Amino acid sequence: MQRIKPFDHLILILGALFLITPVVMALMSSTQNAIDIHNNGLYFTPGSNAVPTYGKVLTHRGGFTGDVTGMRMLMNSMIMGIGFAVGKIVLSMMAAYALVYFRFRFATLLFWMIFTTLLLPLEVRIMPSYQVMSTLGLLNSYTGLIVPLLASATGTFFFRQFFRSVPDEMLEAARIDGAGPFKFFIDILVPLSRTMMAAIFIIMFIYGWNQYLWPLLMTTDESFYTLMRGIKSILQVWIGSQIPDYNEAFALAVLAMLPPVTVVVIFQRMFIKGLTESDK
Amino acid sequence: MAHLSLRNVGKTYAGGTQAAVSGIDIEIADGEFIVLVGPSGCGKSTLLRMVAGLETTTEGEIHIGERLVNKLDPAERDIAMVFQNYALYPHMTVRDNMAYGLKNRGESKTTIAERVAEASRMLELGPYLDRKPRALSGGQRQRVAMGRAIVRQPAAFLFDEPLSNLDAKLRVSMRMEIRKLQKRLGTTSLYVTHDQLEAMTLADRLVVLNEGRVEQIGAPLEIYRKPASTFVASFIGAPAMSLLDARISDGAISLEGHALARVGNASGPVTLGLRAEDLRIAPQGIPLAVEHVEELGAQRIVHGTIGAQNIAVIEVGEAAIQDNVHVAVDPDKLHLFDTSTGRRLEVQSQPHQEMAL
Repeated sequence: MQRIKPFDHLILILGALFLITPVVMALMSSTQNAIDIHNNGLYFTPGSNAVPTYGKVLTHRGGFTGDVTGMRMLMNSMIMGIGFAVGKIVLSMMAAYALVYFRFRFATLLFWMIFTTLLLPLEVRIMPSYQVMSTLGLLNSYTGLIVPLLASATGTFFFRQFFRSVPDEMLEAARIDGAGPFKFFIDILVPLSRTMMAAIFIIMFIYGWNQYLWPLLMTTDESFYTLMRGIKSILQVWIGSQIPDYNEAFALAVLAMLPPVTVVVIFQRMFIKGLTESDK
Repeated sequence: MAHLSLRNVGKTYAGGTQAAVSGIDIEIADGEFIVLVGPSGCGKSTLLRMVAGLETTTEGEIHIGERLVNKLDPAERDIAMVFQNYALYPHMTVRDNMAYGLKNRGESKTTIAERVAEASRMLELGPYLDRKPRALSGGQRQRVAMGRAIVRQPAAFLFDEPLSNLDAKLRVSMRMEIRKLQKRLGTTSLYVTHDQLEAMTLADRLVVLNEGRVEQIGAPLEIYRKPASTFVASFIGAPAMSLLDARISDGAISLEGHALARVGNASGPVTLGLRAEDLRIAPQGIPLAVEHVEELGAQRIVHGTIGAQNIAVIEVGEAAIQDNVHVAVDPDKLHLFDTSTGRRLEVQSQPHQEMAL
C-alpha cells in the first residue's frame, strides 16, 4: 500500500479547485439575474433564474434579423466541430498513408513541407483563404466554413508517426494474404488507428468548436452564427443604460462547454485504452 | 504442394555494390523440409523473402512448382509465411486472423469455416478462436500464425525464425510440433533460423549460408560429420569444433609438436578440426592445460589450451579434473581443412599405422 502523503493531496486539491472554480462560478452566475450580477459581482450560490435563462438562451430569437436562436448556434457549432474533426481525420489519414506506404519521389520533402505549415497559424493565411472562398462563391456556406481548414499538418504528422510504428511484417502478412493497398488501409490500418483517431478527434473537435475568427470572416448571414459569436454578441449591447445579459452570456458559455466535455469523456476511454494497452 | 527451385538466384540492393545474396542454386523436392541456417547478416532472411516475393530478385530464377514467380506478387505465389513476431492482426479474433487470407481470395464461407475448424483442431486452438491475439501467450500466438499459413493450403510454407521470440522450453516443444505438422501435411517448407540446434533437428536438408553464399547443402548429419569448410565446422555443433593450427610433416599430423595420426596428405600447414565429443581424457596423449570446466549435469565441457591454442573437450566421467590432463582422439575423427581457403581436405588415411594418442 502506498502511504498517503498529505502534501501531495494538498497540491492535487488546490489544482482541482483552481480549474473548477471558474466553471462553478459561470454555472452559478448563469442562474442569477443580470441586475444582481451587475450589482453584486459573480455568484457562487445557485439562484432561482435557471429555467427562464436557459430557456431564453436556447429559444430566443436574437441578432439583427431576429431569427437566430441558441439552438441554431449550437447546431452550427456542432457542424463545425464534427465536420472539422471527421474531415481532418479522413484527410490526414489518407495523406499519411500515402507518405508512409507509397514510395514516390520527394515524399520526405513533401512531408517536411506539410510539417512546416504547423508553424503557421490560420491567421497568416486567413486573407488568401477568404479570397479563394469568396471567388468560389462559398461565403455563407458550411462548405466554405469547413473545407479550407481541413488540411491538417498536426493530424498528418500524428498518423504518419503511428503508421511508421506499425510493424512492417503486418504489411507483409497482409500482402501474402492477398490484401491490396486499399484493403490493407481499410481492413488493417483503420481499425488499428482507432485510438489514434479518438485522440485526433478530441483535439480537432475542440479546435473546430472554438473557431471564432474564421466564421466571423466567412459568414455574414446570421443563420451561420456559432456559439462563440453568440456569447460575444450578447455582451456587445452597451447602448444607453442597458445592462448586458450577463446571466445569458454565462448560460451560453456553460452550454458551449457541454459538447466538448462530452466528446472528451466519451473518447477519453478509448484514448487511455490506446495508451495503456499496447497491441503487440 | 510443389517442388521449389532456385536457379543462380542473387540480389543486389539498389545502390549497393556488393550482392546481399548470390549464386544460390537449390532444388527442393516436393514435401521436403529445408532449413536455411547461418549467422545474422548472411542473407538467409533475404533469400526467404525473395522466395516470398517481399524482396525483388535481381538475378536468377525462382520457380514454385512449374511457375516462374520472379515477377509475381506475394499473394499470387501460392505460399504462406510465418513471421518471427507472428504479425497477427491485433484487432481481429483468432478466427478472423486465419480466415482473412481466404476471404481475400474469395473462398466461400463454408470452405473458410471448414478449413479454420480443421486447422484449429490440428493446432488445438479451438478454445481460443474468439479471442484477440493479445489475450494469447507467445506459444499460442505462434500457433495462430501457423494456423494462418495452414488454412491457405499453399504450395510452400516459409518460416522466418518463427521460434526465436519464445522461451527455451517452449521452443523445443514447438520445434517438434512444427516438424510433426509438416510431416503430416507434406507441404514443402523453407525455414530460416540462426539456431544450429533448431536447424539440425528440423531439417531434411540443411543449407548453410555465409555472406550471401551457400557454404554447404546436405542432410544434417552429413554436414555434422563432414563439414565442407571451417565456417560450417565452427557453426554446426555445440560446443563449436575446435580449429587448431597444425602441420603435416613426414606423413603425420602434428599439433604443437605432438604427432596425432599418420596421413597421406601433402606436407605443410593445415587446420585441424576436433569435435569436443570426439576427444576424451586419457592416461596419455596430448597434454592439455585445463582453464575452466562447464558443468552441464549429463556432461561437462573442459576448456583448456594445447600450447597456446584453445580447445574444448566433453567429459562424461565424474572424477575431479586435474589442472593438467592428457587428451586422445581416434584418427578417423580428425577433420582437416586447407589453411588458406578453409575448405575441407579429405584425410588420406594410412591404415594399420595407428598412432592415436
